[in-house]
Amino acid sequence: MTDENSKKAPPLSKIARELAPSGIRKFFDIAAKMHDVISLGVGEPDFVTPWGIREAGIYSIEKGQTTYTSNYGLLELRQEISKHLANKYGAKYSPENEILVTVGVSEGMDLVMRAILDPGDQVLVPEPCYVSYRPCVSLAGGEPVGVATRSEDDFRVSVAQLEKKLTARTKAIILGFPSNPTGATMPRQALQEIVDFAHTHNLFIVSDEIYDRLTYEGEHTCIASLKNAMSRTITLNGFSKSYAMTGWRIGYACAPPEVLTAMMKIHSYTALCAPINAQKAALEALKHGESAVEDMISQYNQRRRLIVEGLNGIGLKCHLPSGAFYAFPSVKATGLSSEEFAERLLYEERVAVVPGTAFGEGGEGHIRCSYATSIEKIEIALSRIGQFVEKVAPEVAKQARSESKSYSAPKSAAHL
Amino acid sequence: MLNYQPMPLEEPDEILTILSRDARTSPEKIAKMLGRSVEEVKLAIAEYERLGVIKHYKTIIDWEKTGVEKVIAFIDVKVHPAREVGFDKVAERIYRYPEVQSLWLVSGGYDLRVAVEGANIREVGRFVAEKLAPIEGVMATETHFLLRKYKEDQVVFVDNEEDTRLVVTP
Repeated sequence: MTDENSKKAPPLSKIARELAPSGIRKFFDIAAKMHDVISLGVGEPDFVTPWGIREAGIYSIEKGQTTYTSNYGLLELRQEISKHLANKYGAKYSPENEILVTVGVSEGMDLVMRAILDPGDQVLVPEPCYVSYRPCVSLAGGEPVGVATRSEDDFRVSVAQLEKKLTARTKAIILGFPSNPTGATMPRQALQEIVDFAHTHNLFIVSDEIYDRLTYEGEHTCIASLKNAMSRTITLNGFSKSYAMTGWRIGYACAPPEVLTAMMKIHSYTALCAPINAQKAALEALKHGESAVEDMISQYNQRRRLIVEGLNGIGLKCHLPSGAFYAFPSVKATGLSSEEFAERLLYEERVAVVPGTAFGEGGEGHIRCSYATSIEKIEIALSRIGQFVEKVAPEVAKQARSESKSYSAPKSAAHL
Repeated sequence: MLNYQPMPLEEPDEILTILSRDARTSPEKIAKMLGRSVEEVKLAIAEYERLGVIKHYKTIIDWEKTGVEKVIAFIDVKVHPAREVGFDKVAERIYRYPEVQSLWLVSGGYDLRVAVEGANIREVGRFVAEKLAPIEGVMATETHFLLRKYKEDQVVFVDNEEDTRLVVTP
């Protein structure tokens, strides 16, 4: 309803107007209207939060825990987080003033950027990466600087690549490994080199480790535990992926006291605290959730091998991702761009994937396929994608078939 | 060359976990899921079968949906254990009956728990009165009829699990 006599409302802020809409939005809108879509486009676990954890949340509501908590979050939860990071990775954070419970890693990322950036400060963002990194930098007045990683390097980032984009205004590097969307992980030594680089040039490292537990090959390295890292690293993590708790919105940030206090100040004005019942559930997750986590990890791992083998068999070249729950195959051989491929696949075969371009530089030519879905659905999706490739690029499908005849278990996975 | 040792196990072999979830998972698929060769998986399964680690492959059926009438009862049995053989002799006399689906030795007020299947309540009642109770060593029984199955062997019988996630998310 428009009121003819009223004046037009004032314009929105420049920053809001210029903020790019997420590249995922379009596919969501199309897929949501279609029937019988198999979605490999979902960036969250298909498991429901384990019952014991849900029960702790319910019990908290029953007990009438309906209040605010400390701005930092429940002390008991921070103590468990502190213990967990020390035991698992040797990263020692004090529960008193170095850990902040946030509304997911999403809030944590926003807080870090607002706490460390001045207008015009640049942040190096290795890409393809999670969709919120660039916007969070921009919203805080900073300037995101993409650093394209390459499929031939398994989407790992090197100091040489970072160095090329370094300027006098560079203030921080955002690292998100294991990576959404590529599934890449970083070896310990490569991370140490990046820490040394950050040390030399006095940069912050913002490390989003939300997929830490979903590391299938080798051990996850918590960057803060590396030499010279602690004083300049902000560790972001949470409960969404490991414990299948996306909707509870509980994350945490760990940083040296000066940085954390600044983040806490902002958090105290903008979020105040994370929901108390969700914090109680998270506490239960850390105390008694381990066996459920291990069970989910082994199921993701089985699906990971299945989907990667399936994609390669269809002719979509895909390296074996070592973490998270995404395969990031190349669609270059089909001659279609990632957008075209994803859009036609959705319309013609009813399979939803996300084009790599939604995740920034270096994503063109790839699609993100989430295997956080049942094996039955993965198999149906693979057969539909196979039909699609057969249709748009029969020679690719043919080539893949002839290769897979002489193909047994993938070499890289044979001894896992 | 086979470098795969199925036994002894320190933690459950994933082959067994996968088969316990779905016995029809083919060796080819298991091989892909675990990054092993098909031959290895087939050999391991054969070995498990030979050793009796894998006892049997069964299907879980919701008989109610087929319209077939069946009655299941759990009967707790108090037993006077026999010298030397303990409960085993009595157990053996009970499990030989084809009506007996399962039989467990349990702790608590009763000693054996028997699961019995029959066409109707009368049939099960007759089994208890005429076959089970008179067995030497059986001192008392308590029969519980199954009224509704909610979950069996990890499978939930109520259809309510739908994926409520948004179709595409970051």
